[in-house]
Amino acid sequence: MTGLSLYDKLWNSHVVHTQDDDTSLIYIDRHLVHEVTSPQAFESLRLAGRAPWRKASVLAVPDHNVPTKDRDKEIADPISRKQLQALDENCNFFALQKFEMNDPRQGIVHVIGPEQGASLPGMTIVCGDSHTSTHGALAALAFGIGTSEVEHVLATQCLLLRKTKSMRVNIHGVLAKGVYSKDIVLALIANIGTAGGNGHTIEFCGEAIESLSIEARMTICNMSIEAGARAGVIGVDDKTIEYIAGRPFAPKNAMWDAAVKSWRQLVSDDDASFDSTVDLDASQLSPQVSWGTSPEMVVPVDGMVPDPDTESNATKAEGMRNALAYMGLTPGQAINQIKVDKVFIGSCTNSRIEDLREAAKVVQGKQLASNVKLGMIVPGSGLVKRQAEQEGLDQIFKAAGFEWRDPGCSMCLGMNADQLESGERCASTSNRNFEGRQGQGGRTHLVSPAMATAAGIAGHFDDARKYFN
Amino acid sequence: MQSFTTLTSSLLPLDRPNVDTDAIIPKQYLKSVKKSGFGINLFDDWRYLDPGDPDQDNSHRRIDTDFILNNAQYKNAQILLARDNYGCGSSREHAVWAMLDYGFRAVISTSFADIFFSNCYKNGLLPIVLEKDAVDKLFDESLNKPDYSVSIDLDRQQVTSDAIGTCSFDIDEFRKHCMLNGLDEIGITLTYEDKIHAYEDKLKVSSPWLFING
Ligand code: SF4
Repeated sequence: MTGLSLYDKLWNSHVVHTQDDDTSLIYIDRHLVHEVTSPQAFESLRLAGRAPWRKASVLAVPDHNVPTKDRDKEIADPISRKQLQALDENCNFFALQKFEMNDPRQGIVHVIGPEQGASLPGMTIVCGDSHTSTHGALAALAFGIGTSEVEHVLATQCLLLRKTKSMRVNIHGVLAKGVYSKDIVLALIANIGTAGGNGHTIEFCGEAIESLSIEARMTICNMSIEAGARAGVIGVDDKTIEYIAGRPFAPKNAMWDAAVKSWRQLVSDDDASFDSTVDLDASQLSPQVSWGTSPEMVVPVDGMVPDPDTESNATKAEGMRNALAYMGLTPGQAINQIKVDKVFIGSCTNSRIEDLREAAKVVQGKQLASNVKLGMIVPGSGLVKRQAEQEGLDQIFKAAGFEWRDPGCSMCLGMNADQLESGERCASTSNRNFEGRQGQGGRTHLVSPAMATAAGIAGHFDDARKYFN
Repeated sequence: MQSFTTLTSSLLPLDRPNVDTDAIIPKQYLKSVKKSGFGINLFDDWRYLDPGDPDQDNSHRRIDTDFILNNAQYKNAQILLARDNYGCGSSREHAVWAMLDYGFRAVISTSFADIFFSNCYKNGLLPIVLEKDAVDKLFDESLNKPDYSVSIDLDRQQVTSDAIGTCSFDIDEFRKHCMLNGLDEIGITLTYEDKIHAYEDKLKVSSPWLFING
C-alpha cells in the first residue's frame, strides 16, 4: 500500500459518510464568517427555521467593508453600514462569537484565524471567501465556499464534497535577501497559470518552504487560489508548533501535549503519491511584478512588459492585448521604469507583522517619491497594528509620508472608501490584479511588501534586493 | 432552488478567457444583503461606460454599445458561452445570482473555476464543460448568427445543435439529481443527522482541542 499525503490524511479524518457516487459528507471544524458572504445565508437559515449546528465552531469578524480611518465616526456609506449591522444582528440572533469592528482583535478574517489560534493543524476550516486557503500553512484543510455552502455548514456542520486531485509543488533552494514567499507564489502562478491548479489541492514542500516562517508560508497558501487550486497545504514542523503555542484558542497543558503528538502526524508519508508534481528553484528567483490583469501575468523586476505578438496561443495573445490596453503599458517597456501613483501594503496576503517589518526596512530614513500620491499601510489586524506600534514601525512609515490605517481588507478590493481612481497605478501587496479590483479603471501591480515600499520610495518599480545587501 | 430539465435557447458568446467574478459582478454590489436584483449590474464595468453604484438608477447610465451584452440581437440568450477558466477569482455567489437574475440558465465553457462551478449547482444555473473544438464551433456560429440556438437535455446529459451535432457532458450523479428536482441540499444532508452526531462524539474524545472556545 502506498503512503498517504497530508491531504489524504486531512480528508480521511473528516469523512462522516461516503455516498455511492463518491461524494463524501465532510465534517467542518472551524467556520470563519465575515459580513459580505453571510447575510443571505443567515436569512435563509432563519426562513427555514434552522439553527446553527455547533455555535462554538463559528468565529465572525467584519473586514471587507470596514473603514480604515475615523472609526469613531459613523460609517459614511449607508449600504456598508447596513451590511456591518447585519453581521452584528445575525451573530446576536444566533448567539455566535464575533469580534466587533472596534475590538482590538478585529482584522482580516484570514489574519485573525491563525493569530487567535482559532485555526489549528488537522482542522477543516471554511469561510465564505476564496482566500481561506491561507490557513493551510498550518496543515489544515482550508478552503473558500460560496454563500449556499456557508448556510449548509451553519445548518449541518458538514459539506458534501468530492475529493480533489493532489499536486505537489517542490520548491528547491533558499531565497536571496530581499526576495520573499510572495515572489515564489507569483513565479509559480506565472509558471502553471491561473487554471494550473484547478480541481487540485496543492501541497507545498521543499527546502525553501522549510526555511520560511509560518507567516511567509501563509502568503503562499493564500495565493494557491490564484493558481486555481481549491486549497494549499504545508506539513507540520517545529515552526508550526511554536507558532501556535500560547495563542488564545490553542489547547493548554495536557491537552496541548496530546494535540502536538497528533499534529506531528500531519505530514505526507515518504511514499505518498500525487497526481502531479511541479518543481521550482527559489535560489535564482528575482523579485516579481505583475504587469497585467491576471495573476499569471508576472515578470521579474529586471524584466520587460511582454509582447503578445510572440505568443503562439491566439486566445492568450488576445488576453495579453486586452491587459496591455487596460494597464496602459506597451510591450518591451522596462518594468523598473513604470511609475506608480499609489502604494498599498495590506490584505490577507501580506499584512502580518513580518510583512510590515520588511516594508519598514526599505522605508527607514527615506521619503515617498513626489509623484506618489498616497502610500497606505493597512495592518491585517488590531493586534498586528499594536505590535507594529510597539516596535516603532508606524513612526518609520509616517515619517516617510505613508498613512497608517486601521485593519481591514481596504484597497485589496476597495469595498470601502479606499480605492484607486481610474487610470491610477498601484504597487500593491494584495493578491488580485483583475480589472477594476482596486477601483474602476485602477491598475494593480502585485508585489511583495518590500517591493511595494521600494516602488514608493523610487516612484517607480525598483529592485528591493538593493536595500538588503 | 429552481429545477433544470431541458432548455433550448440562443447563446451569448463572451469571447475572452479567465473571466473573473469581479468582472461578473463588481464588488460595490456585494454590499446587498439580498439574493436578487443583481442582473442589472451583471458585467457592470464592461457594460456601462460610467462607474456604477448600488443605489443608482441604471437607466441613466451610458452603455458601451461594443459590449456584446448590450447588443439587442443577443437579448434573449439564456445560455452564456464562455472561454477557459470562467468564474475564476473570489467565492462570491453573487456572480451566480447576477447571471440568474439577468436571465441565464446555463453556461457552456471549456473549463470553470472550482468555487464558481460549485456555486452554480446550488442555485440551478447549469455549468456545462464541452471540448474546445465544440466550444470553438459554437463561438463561430453564435458570433455570426445571434439567433443561433442549442438545446440542452440535462437528464440525457446532452447539448445539441446543427454545428456540433449531439455532444454529451459529464455531471456528478448527485448534483444532477438535485438540479433535475430542484432539491435543497441541506435537507438531504440532515437525513444523516445521526451520523454527524456520532462523528462529533468520537471527535470530542480523540481531538478535544477542536472544541475549545476562545
Ligand atoms: S484582504 Fe482581500 S483577498 Fe483577503 S479576504 Fe479581504 S478582500 Fe479578500
